[in-house]
Amino acid sequence: MSVVKIPTVLRPQVGGNKEVELAGATVGALVDALTTEYPSLKSQLLTDEGGLNRFVNVYVNGQDVRYLDGLATPVGERDEVRLLPAMAGGSADGRG
Amino acid sequence: MPRTYADLLKEARAQIREVTPQDVSALAPGSATVIDVREASEWEQGHLPGAVHISKSYVEQQVEAAAPDRDAEVILYCAGGVRSLFAAQTLEQLGYTNVASMSGGFQAWKSAGLPWEAPVILSAEQKQRYSRHLLIPEVGAAGQTRLLESKALFIGAGGLGSPAALYLAAAGVGTIGIVDFDVVDLSNLQRQILHTNDRVGERKVESAKKTINALNPDVNVITHEEMLVADNVDRIISGYDVIIDGTDTFETRYLLNDAAVAKNIPVVHASVFRFEGQLTTFIPYEGPCYRCLYPTPPPPELAPGCSVAGVLGVVPGIMGMLQANEALKVLLGIGETLAGRLLLFDALDSTFTELKLRRDPECPVCSTEAVAARAEGRPLPIPSFAAAASAGEPFVLGGPA
Repeated sequence: MSVVKIPTVLRPQVGGNKEVELAGATVGALVDALTTEYPSLKSQLLTDEGGLNRFVNVYVNGQDVRYLDGLATPVGERDEVRLLPAMAGGSADGRG
Repeated sequence: MPRTYADLLKEARAQIREVTPQDVSALAPGSATVIDVREASEWEQGHLPGAVHISKSYVEQQVEAAAPDRDAEVILYCAGGVRSLFAAQTLEQLGYTNVASMSGGFQAWKSAGLPWEAPVILSAEQKQRYSRHLLIPEVGAAGQTRLLESKALFIGAGGLGSPAALYLAAAGVGTIGIVDFDVVDLSNLQRQILHTNDRVGERKVESAKKTINALNPDVNVITHEEMLVADNVDRIISGYDVIIDGTDTFETRYLLNDAAVAKNIPVVHASVFRFEGQLTTFIPYEGPCYRCLYPTPPPPELAPGCSVAGVLGVVPGIMGMLQANEALKVLLGIGETLAGRLLLFDALDSTFTELKLRRDPECPVCSTEAVAARAEGRPLPIPSFAAAASAGEPFVLGGPA
């Protein structure tokens, strides 16, 4: 099982959890497992073609998977996987 | 038999290698550390370009910081070439193996018609105000002068901009520009500490200017009471040395990114959400830009702003102060910025996490191809905001750089 860190904005869709333990040998397998368990995440993480949306970055041990092997990037038991969508808030209330 | 001054000078001359001003002038830049050992009042009248100042009375205490390698060449000079001989003896006692004294000193240098420069002189009040900076070798009078001559632009005088602007003003950043067209609202005061209760309803740029000048009258505050849009972004950001991004709309952020990359201005970026913050410094062509990090904006439901989602007031405070720290390093040219690194802060856990960022070799804004295309006046097409959302026709933001 690997730990997937869930960003605050997506936590309501995974029962409020900060992290989720999932089985999968690659990033793609973990994303599959995640969206199978929490189907509402699918449209936010993946494109219609099944690739990762460009506004969500996935990091394995702090490295962006776009520069590793993308969804095929292998994930070990102790690896930390982090989903990180772009964050809006500059705290200027949208008018700064 | 006590020795006389003449004896000591003769000994020093015999012991220390001397070089002429012409020799020093012919050195490749950076090949030797040149130290001016005169008094501060003499240094302020003018000195060799690139020299560092250590008064002779502080040589023992300060030389190791200025010249850490004892086998590298160190050249000392004073006004006439005597004090530097004695200071050079001290360096040899400290184990420096390649020390020379410039014969004839600064007078001979000037007589030879060689270039010299006069530092901007800090007033007595400035010396007191910035005394804690002046004590730090990495800042010192040269760094403080650099800050006073620097220009920082804040996009937004809000939750991030408030602490960042206060600290940069306190640090003596000489020009602070603020872009904001909003007015102070009561709901801002939970975190936007530039503003005060009696200024609710006042224009934010004016409120910010009052607070900054009350803290430090050295700072020239330039107010830009307008929304950053494609038509004005180039004009507004021109001439600034660093930009502190406190926007919370993606449209403004991409607009700023593209213009700042084209003008080669570093942007210190932060964003906050409830208990979390993200921070990085975009240094054009050295590290990734915002488009490398996130090529397209998320749909609104995935990235609500603070006015929708809320934020713990201290989170923009912490992230804004880290932005000020990044800006100071950029302006002073010291330390390691967060270029190529994304720092995440979680206020609930009190943890920082660092992620590695890379330049996207296909970035439409900062890739080699994009730079070449801009130079030829045909910038690469960038998907517009609406286009990104609806997958419609791409259009080009702004004109040629």
